Amino acid sequence: MVAHSATVLRVCRAVLGPHTDADDAWSETFLAALRAWPQLADDANVEAWLVTIAHRKALDIIRSRQRRAIPVDEVPERVSTIGVPEATDHDLWNALARLPDKQRQAVAYHHLGGLPYAAVAEILGGSTDAARRAASDGIQALRTTYANTELRGSLR
Amino acid sequence: MNATTDDRQTPVMNDLVRLADPSEAELEALHRRLEGLANAEGVLDIAYTTIDSPVGSLLLAATATGLVRVAFEREGTEQVLETLAARVSPRILKSPGRLDAAARQLDEYFTGHRTEFHLELDYRLSSGFRQLVQQHLPTIGYGHTQSYREVAELVGNPKAVRAVGSACATNPLPVVVPCHRVLRTDGTLGGYIGGLEAKTALLNLEHAA
Repeated sequence: MVAHSATVLRVCRAVLGPHTDADDAWSETFLAALRAWPQLADDANVEAWLVTIAHRKALDIIRSRQRRAIPVDEVPERVSTIGVPEATDHDLWNALARLPDKQRQAVAYHHLGGLPYAAVAEILGGSTDAARRAASDGIQALRTTYANTELRGSLR
Repeated sequence: MNATTDDRQTPVMNDLVRLADPSEAELEALHRRLEGLANAEGVLDIAYTTIDSPVGSLLLAATATGLVRVAFEREGTEQVLETLAARVSPRILKSPGRLDAAARQLDEYFTGHRTEFHLELDYRLSSGFRQLVQQHLPTIGYGHTQSYREVAELVGNPKAVRAVGSACATNPLPVVVPCHRVLRTDGTLGGYIGGLEAKTALLNLEHAA
């Protein structure tokens, strides 16, 4: 279980942003996992199981966030050291936060959580193809944002 | 896992992975916090950590009762944790807090500033005669040694020399429960779970201090 702790945090951050909310979702995920662990089947895919719990915990946090109406785009602004020179980390986090929920979740669970699309589909509901499409649309949208940032940068 | 190489190589994906990736320190802080929460709820059955020592990295694991396992690097972290999960409980978490005292006392021992350990021990990984032998071992003082035969006599079963050997070989708490202080009758080392080099190093440490 411990082996997956970095993966689960990456997923929580991608879905919720790099805030203490992601830390809270991570803690809630592992607490729930510790509680439920003795009932888990021996042959279960632990990583998929953890990402599924993280998904539910993140949804809880998003719901309570909506009740509290806290702005979602408080991100530390740091200059990107690799990738597109003019894009900042801030831009990428913002682009990710602006994706439709399904796309952001599909990107997070597949690309950062390492889950196959079939497992992503189980978490999100819908077909494997729909999960693949959501992730691919999400990545495409992020690429477009990045390309725009690059363009803006060159016009400065 | 199933992401295509193509996706991974785009700047967006690289940046995303880099951005979301936690540092060691961030994970460590989260684990500390989780340890507190899990302890409060009573859902953390085994806490473990690893420490550096002159005989290599050591894994320390504790239940609520006490220190339950000390393992040498050569035993393999994953394998040790799997055995703990199977034999004690799968609710295992890397959480150094519960092991602070053990880690500190081992540090003092390895720097020659401690000659005995004052720690709660959980002997549940061994039973019967083996546990009887292991409970006897801490009575062999720092810098002293006994032979397998002497130990067999002292625990009241002089014929069980070989069984004493296997009790030492299966000691779940090496270093803290000093099976390294048991030698063959002729003074040669016998075996050691951490390897003969480690056994020699521990005996040298105790004689030098």
